[in-house]
Amino acid sequence: MGFFRRDKKSAQSARERLQLVLIHDRTDLTPAELDVLKNELIAVIARHIHIDPDAVRIELEHEGREQRLVADIPLRNAEKRR
Amino acid sequence: MSAKVITVTSGKGGVGKTTTVANLAVALALTGDRVVCIDGDIGLRNLDVILGLENRIVYDLVDVVEGRCRLRQAMIRDKKLSNLFLIPAAQTRDKNAVSPSDMVRVCDELRPDFDWVLIDSPAGIERGFRYAIAPADQAIIVTNPEVSAVRDADRVIGLLEAEEKGSPSLIINRLDVNMVRRNEMLSAEDVVDLLAIRLIGIVPEDDRVLIASNRGRPVVLDEAAVTARVFQNIARRLKGEDVPFIDLGNRGLWSRLFSGRR
Repeated sequence: MGFFRRDKKSAQSARERLQLVLIHDRTDLTPAELDVLKNELIAVIARHIHIDPDAVRIELEHEGREQRLVADIPLRNAEKRR
Repeated sequence: MSAKVITVTSGKGGVGKTTTVANLAVALALTGDRVVCIDGDIGLRNLDVILGLENRIVYDLVDVVEGRCRLRQAMIRDKKLSNLFLIPAAQTRDKNAVSPSDMVRVCDELRPDFDWVLIDSPAGIERGFRYAIAPADQAIIVTNPEVSAVRDADRVIGLLEAEEKGSPSLIINRLDVNMVRRNEMLSAEDVVDLLAIRLIGIVPEDDRVLIASNRGRPVVLDEAAVTARVFQNIARRLKGEDVPFIDLGNRGLWSRLFSGRR
C-alpha cells in the first residue's frame, strides 16, 4: 500500500538507486539482460538436476569495487520425485 | 627533487575540481613545497581567476606545446607565494591542441624542479580527460554527495583502473552537514561505501569558498574558515601524514572510516 506509506528519506533513495545503477554501469549489464542471463542459467541447470525455478536466486553483488554474480539454487530432494 | 604529478578529475562538471586544485596548490606551497599547477581545461580556463592571476597571463599551455615559448615563460608566479606557479590553459583553442604525450613531456620537464605538479582536468571522459591523466602518478576524484556526481565519479574510477593508474583518492566536496543529519543528503560514509576508494578529504558546504573565489584568493588563506583547515589537512595527507578527520558534527562516522578501510 504505497499510498499510505510515509515517504522514506531521500538519502536512502539515493543510496539504493545508486547501488543498483553502479552495479549495472560497472558490469555493462542492463537489468533486462541480467534477467535473460538468469533464465538461461536456470534452464541449463534444470536440464541436469531437479530444481524449483521459483526458489532460485541469482544476484549481482559487490565487495569493494569487485562485482560477482552469486547464485543460490536450492536442489529438490530426489526422494520426493518418485 | 622529483615532483609527484597529481591529476584532479571528476567526470561531472561543476563539482569543484578547480577550487580543489587551487586550494591544494596553495596549501602545499604554504608548507614550503615547490608547486606548479596546470589548467588542463583548454577553451574554458578558470584556474587563473580562482588563483587571482588572470591579469598576468602572457603565454599558455598550448603556446608551450606548439613551441611558441619556453616552458618557463608560460609559468606565472603567484603574487604572494614565490614557490607557487600556474601554467594557464589557452582560452581560444580546443582540447585537440594538446595530446597525452604532450602532457607527459611538459610534466617530465617540470619534475626535476618541483615537489608537486597538480593538473586540473576538464570535466568529461573524452580527450581532455585523457591528456590530463596521461602524466599522473596519482589521481584525485572530486565528487559531491549527489547521485549524478557519484555515478560519474564511479565511471571515472573505472576508467582510471583500466588505465592502470591505481586506485584514486577521494575528496567529497560541498557536504551539507545539516542535510545529512536530516537524512536528505548522502553522507560521506555512504559515498565511500558506494565508490570504495580511499577518502582523503571531506569539504563542507561553506559560503567562504565563493567569497574567496570572488576575490581571487583561495579560501585556504582565510584563517577563519573551517574549509581552510580541511584543505590544509588534505595537503598533509598527500604528504604522507596521518591526519585525523575534522569532526563536522557527524558523530560515529569518523571512527568507522578509519577502522581498516583502504
